[in-house]
Amino acid sequence: MRNVSALVFASGLAFLLMVIAWQFTVGAAPMLVGEAILQQAASELGSANLVTSVVLGYRGIDTLGEIAILFTASTATALVLSSISDKPSSKNNTEIRDKGTILSSSASLFFPLLITLGLYIVMHGHLTPGGGFQGGVILAAAFFLPLLAVPGRGVNHSGLALVEGFSGAAFIVIGIIALFQGNAFLQPLWGHGEMGSLLSAGSLPLLYAAVGLKVGAELSGLLAQLGNITESEEDSQTESTSTKQTTMQAENK
Amino acid sequence: MIWIIAIMVFIMLTSAIAVLLVDSLVSAIAATSAISLALSVIFVILKAPDVAMTEVVVGSGLSSVILALALYRISTNTSVQNKQQEQRDA
Amino acid sequence: MTSDLIHWLLYGGAIGLIVIGIVGVVMLNNIFRIVLALIIAEAGANLLLVIAGYRFDAIAPILTGTSTNQLMVDPVPQAMVLTSIVIGVGIQALALALVLKIYQNYKTLDMREIHQRLSTDIDNSCGVISLLSSEQPAGERPLPKPEALINKEGDE
Repeated sequence: MRNVSALVFASGLAFLLMVIAWQFTVGAAPMLVGEAILQQAASELGSANLVTSVVLGYRGIDTLGEIAILFTASTATALVLSSISDKPSSKNNTEIRDKGTILSSSASLFFPLLITLGLYIVMHGHLTPGGGFQGGVILAAAFFLPLLAVPGRGVNHSGLALVEGFSGAAFIVIGIIALFQGNAFLQPLWGHGEMGSLLSAGSLPLLYAAVGLKVGAELSGLLAQLGNITESEEDSQTESTSTKQTTMQAENK
Repeated sequence: MIWIIAIMVFIMLTSAIAVLLVDSLVSAIAATSAISLALSVIFVILKAPDVAMTEVVVGSGLSSVILALALYRISTNTSVQNKQQEQRDA
Repeated sequence: MTSDLIHWLLYGGAIGLIVIGIVGVVMLNNIFRIVLALIIAEAGANLLLVIAGYRFDAIAPILTGTSTNQLMVDPVPQAMVLTSIVIGVGIQALALALVLKIYQNYKTLDMREIHQRLSTDIDNSCGVISLLSSEQPAGERPLPKPEALINKEGDE
């Protein structure tokens, strides 16, 4: 009975949404605000990527709200996960340790490449498609991949919290500097240089760099906590015992 | 171009139905990742490269990793519990 | 004809994803799959937003050297969808943390059993007679005597 009523509800909802959506034709968008932004963004903000100028220039407070939501979600996740008393036993730890030399050395090889890629995408957010969020997620993956290969390395939670706090504060400080100069909050400052060069578009690359570092630090802390990987101090002791066991087995053979 | 859109929409809808109906949870996570992949191709065709890049990085990278880690913790919780129960029974 | 077909395909895909996601949240029993259905519904909503800003024969909203005086698609829905995708990741992480916490306490992923045990636990901790309890008969419900309640509070 529940299934039948759910299917009837679904078909009714689909029909209703299709009828409403049919009123708007695809491909002839009545761009009222968008047209004005397309005309004026190049001369006002100077960034080649118009979506960046919308995200950081015209709707900067929405980005501030999104950073706040991401911060709240990751803090709440850390809170819920820390109350789960699910410490892996020492037997599980020694099972996790042996991932092989191929995986651990290739993970160490990937680390500088991913960091370079992430920083490139963050710094060129105002010239090419990209920006703070995409680069931040790649930075989080760069920090998480060696952790998957060798879980004994641990992650420095206090260092990550420091980076996250400082970059979030930097975002708000840049916005407040605009207040002191008599403009609105988060107004883009410092003119715009030559379009297409790296040092253009005023304070927009700085804002995106702050966003990228904050998102990267946040998400790597969240991934480490989901994988139940704690600080490296307690795990380094079990790792030293497991390496002693493996060296003794190698000597016995 | 219509053919690419048609194939991608077909992949998306069948993967969405597969998430609801398939038995094992690992296959459901893989189907979710396939939906994200097809969606990013449609975003490129709709001339939105920023959105396509974000969807690829977040959907196929971060979301799948988060789901797989949660599933791993659920399954090792059961296996640890079974081992403890066997030790108590023995 | 071709523009009509593209119309059908894109809107059908987006609304199909939303409806499959909502039906999954309502109908599924496994609580992990309910989170997956939520992810599907979010993907459908993002697609619907990007479709709203599309123009035929337009280019991407990035200024290159050769792109003056050409039609561009709308950049405002794309900015909104960027924000929406990142918020979706935050929601997924928190939902999975809650699923792990529920699994640690109840050791099951079945939605009906969790609903039953959770509501009886909440009712017991508040001191309210549970409506879902199988110990008391449905129909005539005996009113609790005031003296019994006062005695209980006095003992605690």
